[in-house]
Amino acid sequence: MGIGIRIENLRKVYDTPPPSAARGAGFSFISQRSGGPKEKKDKKKKFEVVALDDISLEMRAGEVFGLLGPNGAGKSTTIGVLTTRTQPTSGRAFIGEFDIWKEQVKAKRLIGVVPQRPNLDFALTAREILLFHGAYFGQSTREREQRAQTLLEQFKLTDRADDMVRAFSGGMMQRISIARAMMHDPEVLFLDEPSAGLDPQTRLLLWEIVRDYNKLGKTIVLTTHYMDEADSLCHRLAIIDHGRIISQGTPQELKASIPGGYLLRLRFDKAPEELLAALRGLPGVTEVRSADHIATDVYADRGGPLISGIVTAAQAAGAELRDVHIAEPSLETLFLHHTGRSLRD
Amino acid sequence: MNWKTFYALLARDGHVARRNLLPMLLQNLLQPLLLTFVFGRVLTAGGVMQAGYKSIILPGVMAISMVLAGVQGVAMPLITEFQFTREIEDRLLAPIDVSWLAVEKIVAGMIQALVAGLVVIPAAWLTVGSGVHFSFQPVEFAVICLLVALFSSAGGLALGCSVGQTQIGLMFSLVLAPMMMFGCAYYPWSFLKSFPVLQYAVLINPLVYASEGLRGTLTNADHINTFVVMAALASINIILLVVGLKKFHSKAVS
Repeated sequence: MGIGIRIENLRKVYDTPPPSAARGAGFSFISQRSGGPKEKKDKKKKFEVVALDDISLEMRAGEVFGLLGPNGAGKSTTIGVLTTRTQPTSGRAFIGEFDIWKEQVKAKRLIGVVPQRPNLDFALTAREILLFHGAYFGQSTREREQRAQTLLEQFKLTDRADDMVRAFSGGMMQRISIARAMMHDPEVLFLDEPSAGLDPQTRLLLWEIVRDYNKLGKTIVLTTHYMDEADSLCHRLAIIDHGRIISQGTPQELKASIPGGYLLRLRFDKAPEELLAALRGLPGVTEVRSADHIATDVYADRGGPLISGIVTAAQAAGAELRDVHIAEPSLETLFLHHTGRSLRD
Repeated sequence: MNWKTFYALLARDGHVARRNLLPMLLQNLLQPLLLTFVFGRVLTAGGVMQAGYKSIILPGVMAISMVLAGVQGVAMPLITEFQFTREIEDRLLAPIDVSWLAVEKIVAGMIQALVAGLVVIPAAWLTVGSGVHFSFQPVEFAVICLLVALFSSAGGLALGCSVGQTQIGLMFSLVLAPMMMFGCAYYPWSFLKSFPVLQYAVLINPLVYASEGLRGTLTNADHINTFVVMAALASINIILLVVGLKKFHSKAVS
């Protein structure tokens, strides 16, 4: 029996600057509401950062759930609240039947956390980190020694097991962080941007570990800003931006929700209304958007075959086509569709 | 309350302390031993100080070592663990209320302070040589030792949660140095009678009570009444505990 997570109307407003923006649990924030010159006088009082703006979500037992969004979208704050490290301003969150904020100790027993930046105990060796972690969770000496050995082997860390971790490379620190989170066999595993800074090989190892752990019936929650990671690992996804859920569903559902599927990003020297109207009339085109009458986004059910039609329409309108980019149906185009900006912006 | 977890947290601190035993002993012992040697032996042998000064300086040095042990054992690790690497996060996620982690830090700090204090007595005694007039009151001495150890580690907690990585140097020169110089460690409180304002001003300094309390229960030197010292230390400890736990909590949770 896996454990699910429920989030109800969660809000988090930081009224003081977070203690350290680069904390291990990862805190980034989005909009700082500092107004005009009038408000400057009492700027200190007015400091307010809305990190989560009324989020409701359900992560089902035994699924790999992804939170996808750009930096500062509120992903890490969500993880912070779900792992008892951040106090919500309002709203509630449950792990299984436990209210995370009110029954912290019970919630903490069920979760394992891999932070955005490794926050390893630098006073210990790799093996000791695992052994003490097991001890904090009440494992017997034999149990934790066996489990530590198994994990060190699985994560290919046996030859450095008795070295102090402060001398480890970034990838090794990340691996030992994940091993530590799995040490007490948690029902829910949180990974905050697990593959940031990993080389492609370690990244694949990580994906394999996540999939294997999920096969044991464990729930996995991960945040990422990599499309391919979300696409290939997650059963369901929520796209989050500015502290709000923009869209959620399976990767397939989300991709299918983009009008047409293909996105053609065009650039003209000028794009008058008549040109836009002509583009809308092309076969398979579902939506045409142009804010500045230069850059134009065309959503359609096909890509390349439309180009000749576009060129003809541009010539007829006396405009010149300067740049074309065809994006196949992907989460990236979905994100663009909902926010008007690229995920990496 | 989850004793297994609490014990494991304590075991972790013990393990790290054992690993750093030699540097830690040097940190805690070298300075007091040099002090006792110069003030208690060189200056008394040369006639600059009277022989009776040995009995005055020994408890003072013990008080300083105990208080510094708390700073070294609680405040410094906390400053490191709460900095941007957040080394403490693993323990904050242990299945125990976060305030118990602060309590664990206090217990670990108390043990270190007691060990430091008790090691200093024989070591310093050997350094100053003969001439210390002991007048040992075991029960009162034990109570004072515990109160001083608690002051040292609760103070370490409050300090460690208020000071950032970049302000450690300032902490030493602005907080610890004046505290040590005006802490009646090198002279009894009664010697300040020629500076009446200072004599009452230093009463806000907790080290005064630590030095005077140890002086009163260990030697026959002049000292403040031991029960006044106990009451003062107990009140200071309560304040530091409340402040320290509060600050710890706000550092631990955002």
